[in-house]
Amino acid sequence: MRVLWRGFALHLKMMMRSSFDGLLGVLWPLFFATIAFLMFRAGGGGEALVFASFGAAVMGIWSSTSTSAGSAMQRERWHGTLELLVSAPVHFSTVLLPVTVAMSAMGLYSMIATLLLSRFLFGVDLPFEHPVSFAVAVVATVVSIGAMGFLLAVSFVRYRTAWALGNLLEYPVWLIAGFLVPLALLPGWVRPLSWVLAPTWGVDAIREAASGGGAWPEIALALTLGAAYLAVAIAVLETVLASARRAGSLALA
Amino acid sequence: MSPRIYIPTMLGAPLFQILFFTYLGRYAGSQDDAFFIVGNAIQVAAMSGIYGMTMGIANERQYGTLQPLLATPANRFAIFSGRALPYVANGLAVSAFGFAVSWLLLDFRPAEGSVPALALAVLVTTCSCVSLGMLIGSIGLRARDVFFGANLVYFLMLLVCGVNVASDDLPGWLAAIGSGLPLTHGIEAAREIVSGSALGDVAGLLWTEALIGVLYATAAYVLFRVFESEGRRRASLETY
Repeated sequence: MRVLWRGFALHLKMMMRSSFDGLLGVLWPLFFATIAFLMFRAGGGGEALVFASFGAAVMGIWSSTSTSAGSAMQRERWHGTLELLVSAPVHFSTVLLPVTVAMSAMGLYSMIATLLLSRFLFGVDLPFEHPVSFAVAVVATVVSIGAMGFLLAVSFVRYRTAWALGNLLEYPVWLIAGFLVPLALLPGWVRPLSWVLAPTWGVDAIREAASGGGAWPEIALALTLGAAYLAVAIAVLETVLASARRAGSLALA
Repeated sequence: MSPRIYIPTMLGAPLFQILFFTYLGRYAGSQDDAFFIVGNAIQVAAMSGIYGMTMGIANERQYGTLQPLLATPANRFAIFSGRALPYVANGLAVSAFGFAVSWLLLDFRPAEGSVPALALAVLVTTCSCVSLGMLIGSIGLRARDVFFGANLVYFLMLLVCGVNVASDDLPGWLAAIGSGLPLTHGIEAAREIVSGSALGDVAGLLWTEALIGVLYATAAYVLFRVFESEGRRRASLETY
């Protein structure tokens, strides 16, 4: 646990001092949230604006993860620290997981900023009926999206241009996780994809908790999917590391 | 550019951007599908123009090749315009891809016979976006982190240039910023062309777009020459 916590705190501090991960990571979702709010206002607004506010708030968590997590392992390789981290006495997953969870936690900045933007600039009357389950839903969303980022990081390790694949996933997840558009409006074949995405249940849990519904089943689903991503990611990591050790290609890509 | 980068960034991301905003637009109910398809299919050309051209100039400094480049007697205007051409061509290709997938997936049908005029509107708009990229790239000869600025400008254009929110629905001050940026008039012209207007009807908008592009290109050239001469005088061409 100490390794996880230290890794999380260290990477969070590093990202907070980076203009790309810090300032830009907050601004990027804010621009999108503003566009969405203006679109909804032009279309009449109403309840859809409340729906969009919570979805837009979670968009930042996914953005800060997808754009950086894909290349998290690559970055260690570029810095020449990958071999040292892999040969450390702790399992490499305990080194990499806090990095991707820190990335998703950075999205909390834009989440708070987006909620404030919708409340004070666009006058959206946001409900917060169950603050406790709301807080738990936010934590569950951050952790499960961080776990998804971990899965991306280990899956993309063979690709030299993992950052491009990470960027590519930003819009599709915004769309099929129902952040701003209800899933009912998407083609039917998209729905099974949405169900296996933790952000779908995370944003649902946040909306349910805010509006006074029972958010616990959605929270449980988000965390269960997060745990499943972790298990798959660790299995992939073991395979990748074993193969890299055998071929002596850990530092190569 | 390697296909490993080109396909996700120049084809995949624009495709998903168009789908995302079209579905969002359907739910928001603010405009019809064509509004979002045209806006985003042209805006994705800006990606090539802004980021590509910024890198085309600013990377010379980052990669340490600026001094050899400026030591040559080559005409600076020729260097500038030569660099711009691939980004213009790429912008056109990306935009054409955006329209093609919209035709395929979103039932986008422009007015009959409108494609040549639409292509001209995209060409003019792409050129003006490349001009803005040149300006940011020139600033990159001095600025430490020019890509932060390029990202910021790109986000701003997505918000204020009428890509997804009509200029009339923007707060006045945001619409005013948008009217001074590339993209705004080009997108407006393209929307009118797609809905059946003749090229002559949108000539004013296209000339305005072209003029904005010329102004940014001129500013970029002047700035490039100023930073070049200052860099020579102070021996600071590649210092950060």
